[in-house]
Amino acid sequence: METASKPGRDVQPKKARLQTKKKKPRRYWEKEATLTAAGASPGPPRNKKRNRELRPQRPKNINLPKKSRIPGKPQFPKKPREQRNLEPQRNLSGAQDPFPGPAPIPEEVARKFRRIDKSKKLPHSKSKTRSRLEVAEAEEEEISIKAARSELLLAEEPGFLEGEDGEDTAKIRQAEIVEAVDIASAAKHFDLNLRQFGPYRLNYSPVGRHLAFGGHRGHVATLDWVTKRLMCEINVMEAVRDIRFLHSEALFAVAQNRWLHIYDNQGIELHCIRRCDRVTRLEFLPFHFLLATASETGFLTYLDVSVGKIVAALNARAGRLDVMTKNPYNAVIHLGHSNGTVSLWSPAMKEPLAKILCHRGGVRAVAVDSTGTYMATSGLDHQLKIFDLRGMFQPLSARTLPQGAGHLAFSQRGLLAAGMSDVVNIWMGQGMASPPSLEQPYLTHRLSGHVHGLHFCPFEDVLGLGHSGGITSMLVPGAAEPNFDGLENNPYRSQKQRQEWEVKALLEKVPAELICLDPRALAEVDVISLEQEKKERIERLGYDPEAKAPFQPKPKQKGRSSTASLVKRRRKVMDKEHRDKVRQSLEQQPQKQEKKAKPLKARPSALDRFVR
Amino acid sequence: MSTVRAAESLLALSRQEELEDLPKDYPLSPSEDEGDIDGERKHQKLLEAISSLDGKNRWKLAERSEASLKVSEFNVTSEGSGEKLVLSDLLGPVKTSSSLAAVKKQLNRVRSKKTLELPLNNEEVERIHREVAFNKTSQALSKWEPIILKNRQAEQLVFPLEKEQSAFAPIEHVLSGWKARTPLEHEVFNILHKNKQPVTDPLLTPVEKASLKAMSLEEAKMRRAELQRARALQSYYEARARREKKIKSKKYHKVLKKEKAKKALKDFEKLQKVNPTAALEELEKIEKARMMERMSLKHQNSGKWAKAKAIMAKYDLEARQAMQEQLARNKELTQKLQAASDSEEEKGSVEEEGELLVPDTVNEIQRDADGPNPWMLRNPFSGPKEAKVQDAEQLLEPVAHEASESKEEERPGAKEDILLNTFEERRALRKKSGLSQDAEPLRKQESEDSSSQEVLSELRALSQKLNKANQQSGKQNMTSLRTVLPVQREEPTEAEEEPLLMQRPERAHTMEELEELGKEGCFQNKEVPRPVVEGQQLERNPHNLPGAPKEKKRKEQMIDLQNLLTTKSPSVKSLAVPTTVEELEDEEERHQKQMIKEAFAGDDVIRDFLKEKREAVEASKPKDVDLTLPGWGEWGGVGLKPSAKKRRRFLIKAPEGPPRKDKNLPNVIINEKRNVHAAAHQVRVLPYPFTHHQQFERTIQTPIGSTWNTQRAFQKLTTPRVVTKPGHIIKPIKAEDVGYRSSSRSDLSVVQRNPKQLSTRHKKQLKKNSVN
Repeated sequence: METASKPGRDVQPKKARLQTKKKKPRRYWEKEATLTAAGASPGPPRNKKRNRELRPQRPKNINLPKKSRIPGKPQFPKKPREQRNLEPQRNLSGAQDPFPGPAPIPEEVARKFRRIDKSKKLPHSKSKTRSRLEVAEAEEEEISIKAARSELLLAEEPGFLEGEDGEDTAKIRQAEIVEAVDIASAAKHFDLNLRQFGPYRLNYSPVGRHLAFGGHRGHVATLDWVTKRLMCEINVMEAVRDIRFLHSEALFAVAQNRWLHIYDNQGIELHCIRRCDRVTRLEFLPFHFLLATASETGFLTYLDVSVGKIVAALNARAGRLDVMTKNPYNAVIHLGHSNGTVSLWSPAMKEPLAKILCHRGGVRAVAVDSTGTYMATSGLDHQLKIFDLRGMFQPLSARTLPQGAGHLAFSQRGLLAAGMSDVVNIWMGQGMASPPSLEQPYLTHRLSGHVHGLHFCPFEDVLGLGHSGGITSMLVPGAAEPNFDGLENNPYRSQKQRQEWEVKALLEKVPAELICLDPRALAEVDVISLEQEKKERIERLGYDPEAKAPFQPKPKQKGRSSTASLVKRRRKVMDKEHRDKVRQSLEQQPQKQEKKAKPLKARPSALDRFVR
Repeated sequence: MSTVRAAESLLALSRQEELEDLPKDYPLSPSEDEGDIDGERKHQKLLEAISSLDGKNRWKLAERSEASLKVSEFNVTSEGSGEKLVLSDLLGPVKTSSSLAAVKKQLNRVRSKKTLELPLNNEEVERIHREVAFNKTSQALSKWEPIILKNRQAEQLVFPLEKEQSAFAPIEHVLSGWKARTPLEHEVFNILHKNKQPVTDPLLTPVEKASLKAMSLEEAKMRRAELQRARALQSYYEARARREKKIKSKKYHKVLKKEKAKKALKDFEKLQKVNPTAALEELEKIEKARMMERMSLKHQNSGKWAKAKAIMAKYDLEARQAMQEQLARNKELTQKLQAASDSEEEKGSVEEEGELLVPDTVNEIQRDADGPNPWMLRNPFSGPKEAKVQDAEQLLEPVAHEASESKEEERPGAKEDILLNTFEERRALRKKSGLSQDAEPLRKQESEDSSSQEVLSELRALSQKLNKANQQSGKQNMTSLRTVLPVQREEPTEAEEEPLLMQRPERAHTMEELEELGKEGCFQNKEVPRPVVEGQQLERNPHNLPGAPKEKKRKEQMIDLQNLLTTKSPSVKSLAVPTTVEELEDEEERHQKQMIKEAFAGDDVIRDFLKEKREAVEASKPKDVDLTLPGWGEWGGVGLKPSAKKRRRFLIKAPEGPPRKDKNLPNVIINEKRNVHAAAHQVRVLPYPFTHHQQFERTIQTPIGSTWNTQRAFQKLTTPRVVTKPGHIIKPIKAEDVGYRSSSRSDLSVVQRNPKQLSTRHKKQLKKNSVN
């Protein structure tokens, strides 16, 4: 805002010169009018007001350590303002707006909101269609500009631990980090010593403020981990396999030894779902309100928690299921199997959408990053692999770990945490959209017991670790997204806000059958049924209404359009079309023949018959 | 009866007279002699037959030769008359009358016209009528086309169409209808009325106005005194002027004029020193006067007075003087031109001594060149002036000229400076030469100490020539110098010009430099953004990036699954495992591998997976239909199989489906089955204007929900296409609704006159509407 762009600078003096040269004759009434107007409303200048409006709300949740070791990312240079209205308009008070017109939007920011892929070529369209397309494109542009304008300004920037030259960040201990950071952030690192009730599984609520954990020996508790206020603590007197918050912190599901139970935030059991028995893992799909459960019996069951119905129970036919994760991008469930494959499931299909062979041994853990681009798997062959999920399902990188990772978790910003017995390693990628590089761990931490559960806290640079010795909250700088969407997941929301959000979320619930590998495919025309319908229509009508009309020779001058000549002309055109078709097919054929001809090579000669 | 007889006899008489005139070969009227008639007719027929023999006039109209009793006034036969009967002859009255003459004229006119064509038959007439009517109505209807188009393309239509004008009632109207009811309102109104508070525009009570107008007493007095004084002064001045005007003494007026002139001169000199710009303006005024003089015949001794004086001049000395004076005045007024451009002219005269005087216009142009015309700015240096100077130089010393030329190329600015200096010098010289020609060279030398040797010599030569020129064209110079005023006028202009002249070459130079700089800058700019653009392009289609390797991979054959799974991946030492002995690392690794191998010795994961994949591929392939009937047309029975030939004949091959997505991905099985539930939510019918599904997909690419859009955008995207007011009747569209006049005829006329203009106007209107 304060820096003008170079072209702008070039423009400025020119403008000034122009003004001096072509001075507008001043009318005697002009000065008077402005003077009176100025006298009438001596208000504050306008731009001040606008600035106040534009001031962004700063989220206060992230208190990144402000030490020199943990610097923020370099600031992006401020985008230069475009020079729009050269002639600033005078407003009523006579003050001039130094930045007239709407704030200019840099192209790359607006491009982020563009959905139409203009690089794709369209088939030739009629003018009417073209006008519609143009309207759509113009609309998209306008909307993208609006969206870009309403983006957060002066957002929090994420930063990572950065070692001084030659220093390995993995050698920095938690105690050192805690020492360096401010008190509020330091308070986020804590240990809960709960040795009695065995290894713990844990889960953070979607807004990241609440923590639920369940010990293998029946201890279940939820707490507001920021203030350390305990919400409920019960013992279910049964083995707890997994625990998970539902859409809000008010409800959580616990996979107990026999059945699936749902409790509220006071620890009161609301439901016992007996159709989901012997559940080993739980996943919640927040936009579909689906609780996916994987059971020992080999069933993947989808439970719609908004209506309490089981949407689908799919038999994976792969034995006991105890490795499960969700793809946050398309709500596909990934199951890891003992035969080294990972299968992708949607409630709409009885068969897996895809099966990927990942490891030679069984799959021990699977995790998918928040953009749905990368999947990390670890198997019994002690390997940790990262797969690209965009159509190819090929491993991008692999690493052999000494003990093999038993648990994996991705953070919001793409950090990968792996729990190997009592050690936790965290890897970091190069940028936001890059896979974590497995060469050098970013952080390591050693726990007092074996890891049993890993979960990154959303919107906080914290990794929750459940182990046999209790719960550990570990500081991982740069793990979480620093800017939250207050309408979507607001950590500071009141009860009322939560209720309203709940209603809205329920209204916008996505049907379960829409889960598929490529969610953008829903915005495409169903070509198969379109063609089917077209075929049916042709059958019904007896002709193709959209077919190209056969050539009809135009009648010519008197005496020239005899029937014979008409037939001749028609035949001529037909022959030409036929010839074209044949030529095309001929052009295609040699390519095939060449392919075929190569393996043949040696032709049998006539003399072969005499060969003995 | 007697009268009838008389008439008959008269007729007969007249006929006889006619017959005498007629040639004999004409058939006689039947009334003449009845006995001859038969023979006559026969003869006639014979003649006709003979004449028809030769092949011409085969179709001669049979002439009526019978006597007809019915002589109607409608068909007058010209039978029997030598000439054709002219209609107007019949109308010829006994005595001519004006009215009949008019009729005659009309008849003539009618006759001059061609015969009317046959009217078209009914069908054709009707067709034409229909065509015309169709054109008219289609034109009349075509005015609706833009409106229809607009409505079709409109984002939103609001019905009913006619909008009630929201009446902006002025506040006094509202107030007049409003009455105070509550006691508080009464009270407020009372107060307002007491103060005579106006409710409308000025918002000032009369008292306030009065107070605004009021002035203090002292101020008023001062003002009055001032006014009085001004009035008195004015009256004095007027009286004086009147008195002076009445003075008839010529001498007095002459003196007055001279005084005025002197004063003007002095003023001008002063102005020149104090305010050169104002002086310039003054100069311009004089210049203008000169121009006027040149245009007019005022002092050309061509006026009435002058002619009278010319007669007297022979005898009257005074008259002669007066005339001369006038001529002198004319000269004086027109002289200035010579004086202004004398520097150049001098130079010109220097160069071309024998030649004629350069015409004024040339000089003018040159002088004008120093003016604001930008096209002439550079010319003075490269143009004639320089050429002249160069000529002069050539005359003097060609070698030096060459040198100077080379110099000139190097630094034209400097050269021009020198030239200017020389001009200045020359001007000074000329002035002096008018007074004392002898002292010149010395003085010049004194003045030119600073200038270079070359220039000095040049100048010396020049000055010598100048002297000569002065001697030769001394008169001219004298005349030009005689008028002091022009010279004085001219000098400041020169003085003004000089800095400009000095600056100009430099400026041009700098401009060129600037251009060059700009070019360089441009190049630099061009060079710089290219990579940026490339980067942008790369950024723009990030989808292409993953696409490229895809193609490459497709070209490759199946990736070896074995390789894929058993690639040697570097092992990671966890830093938090310090207890492991590093020396034993390799050994340990080997050991681990061994263990893993042992553990998975039994199950071959890869083979299982490949088998599964094969099965899946097979299952997804479309099945062929075998229509062979065993035992049909051949022996049947158990164990007999239909021949291969037959089977081939009755096998319907299923069309090959599209290639599987996982064709080249060995480690992946992608389900090819369609998600029917999701497909139910997809669009399966293309809406009207779209012909290809990709076109339609593009229009539904942008989400319209509030989750992805700002509130404004969301509202805009979800506005209903048609808005109706509940409880309102939606009437059909009327001409007034869209800004046409209601009467159809006027519309028609408008349409017919200029349909194109109308359409453009409508377009504008549409635009306006859409903007609003």
